[in-house]
Amino acid sequence: MSDAAVKKKGRLKFRLSTVVITAYLLFLLIPIYWLIIMSFKSNSEILGAFTLFPDNFTLKNYQTILTDASWYMGYVNSFIYVSLNTVISLTVALPAAYAFSRYRFFGDNHLFFWLLTNRMAPPAVFALPFFQLYSSVSLFDTHIAVALAHCLFNVPLAVWILEGFMRGVPREIDETAFIDGYGFTRFFTKIFIPMIAPGIGVTAFFCFMFSWVELLLSRTLTSVDAKPITAIMTRTVSASGLDWGVLAAAGVLTIIPGAIVIYFVRNHIAKGFALGRV
Amino acid sequence: MEKTVNQRAWLLVIPVLILVAFSSIIPMMTVVNYSFQDTFGGNDFFWVGLEWYRELLHSERLWDAFGRQLLFSFIILAIEIPLGILVALSMPKKGVSASICLVLMSLPLLIPYNVVGTIWQVFGRADIGLLGRVLSDLGISYNYSQNAFDAWVTVIAMDVWHWTSLVALLSYAGLRSIPNAYYQAAMIDQASRWSVFRYIELPKMRGVLMIAILLRFMDSFMIYTEPFVLTGGGPGNATTFLSIDLVKMALGQFDLGPAAAFSLMYFLVILLISYVFYTVMISIDKSEAKQ
Repeated sequence: MSDAAVKKKGRLKFRLSTVVITAYLLFLLIPIYWLIIMSFKSNSEILGAFTLFPDNFTLKNYQTILTDASWYMGYVNSFIYVSLNTVISLTVALPAAYAFSRYRFFGDNHLFFWLLTNRMAPPAVFALPFFQLYSSVSLFDTHIAVALAHCLFNVPLAVWILEGFMRGVPREIDETAFIDGYGFTRFFTKIFIPMIAPGIGVTAFFCFMFSWVELLLSRTLTSVDAKPITAIMTRTVSASGLDWGVLAAAGVLTIIPGAIVIYFVRNHIAKGFALGRV
Repeated sequence: MEKTVNQRAWLLVIPVLILVAFSSIIPMMTVVNYSFQDTFGGNDFFWVGLEWYRELLHSERLWDAFGRQLLFSFIILAIEIPLGILVALSMPKKGVSASICLVLMSLPLLIPYNVVGTIWQVFGRADIGLLGRVLSDLGISYNYSQNAFDAWVTVIAMDVWHWTSLVALLSYAGLRSIPNAYYQAAMIDQASRWSVFRYIELPKMRGVLMIAILLRFMDSFMIYTEPFVLTGGGPGNATTFLSIDLVKMALGQFDLGPAAAFSLMYFLVILLISYVFYTVMISIDKSEAKQ
């Protein structure tokens, strides 16, 4: 092959991959675009005229949400239980992941598999028993109930991802620290945790994300005080029919937190999704 | 790297055990309990043995839902895995454009499940949605809430939209871990694009692809919220998947016994499949460690 031919082939391939990736991104973004412009339209424009861009740009839908406590408290509730869940998951998962990544012990493989099965358990199976369990210990409709329920899938996930990241840290570091006279707790908090900080960040992100997007359990376990925004969104039916504009605005507001955090972990996302195993 | 045997490591695992026991074993035991009993309301329970299991195994409704579920998961994997690999191969390798791609592609993954349903519900409606409107202007009759085929196409398109990025991100991570020397060697040998893919990229992506298939299979097998918001399981029962059927039974009709038996069988199927995947994954991990 001559040099020119190689060059031409390279350029052709470059164009093909650009076409594929552009088409894919368009496919992803058009439905989101539609939701966003809908949130800036009035209900009569949504139902009456068919426009690709809002004719009468309005912020009324967002105003409705941000001034009505029954709406914006949904975001507050979601944030509270999502944060609680992230903290709990990380706290218990860190030592466990360390144990799995460093030691062999009785039943370790079976235990690891059992944790995995909890990540794979259908939330639908747990909806009813959770409802009864948390009602019987009078935790129903509290933030902590939802946070604990989400631990079902977030703790196993956190253990998996963290274990993957911890494997990448050479064991010699632990041994040197122990020889230097560090106790386990001091070694773990002063040396080890700072070393896997990116891994912890990614894990926190995944716990945040999976708790944030879940609906079935959080809806089943709450009624008024801890009701998450995703459950509140299902009630936009008013006397005059569905309030599409407000629904769209509420949807857009649920996307924003994810979009912000994803920017910070963008370089580690792929590794996190691979459960730290790349 | 050999791990040392240390039974005291159990102490580090105990917090996880207590927490997961509270959120998994105790609820699971109530499910087991209900699956063998019947109730006439209140706290009067009596033993019915395997009655519910027998009934469910002969229930056409359950088998239909199971069949739909298998078909759905199969279609999802058949579309998302190849498409995800293709997208990963097309992604820019570095620089600002790679970061932008990563952020934009991850966006659907972070949208709450019911908002995903809402987006597609709006998008596909003939009166207010872009997709529905364009299709009807083109003269194609399309109505996902009346026509079973359209409902399926929409649910599948929605899932592809929602989750293909996960497969793409995983494959991308796998591709990034291939040293440049491999590609240079292939260039010296004048290997075709196909053989580079077949003999270098695909084997190196095997581990992450296993995870992708595992996650996509499991999550599509227990899909609930998105089709529930989009079609409510309809039209008729056309998109009633296992989880939707189960929630209808447990929280809608409050049939505790059958719902519990259903839950256990559902969970056992998933357990079996996870076990197969897990064993394969571990053996891949081991064979890669040897290399």
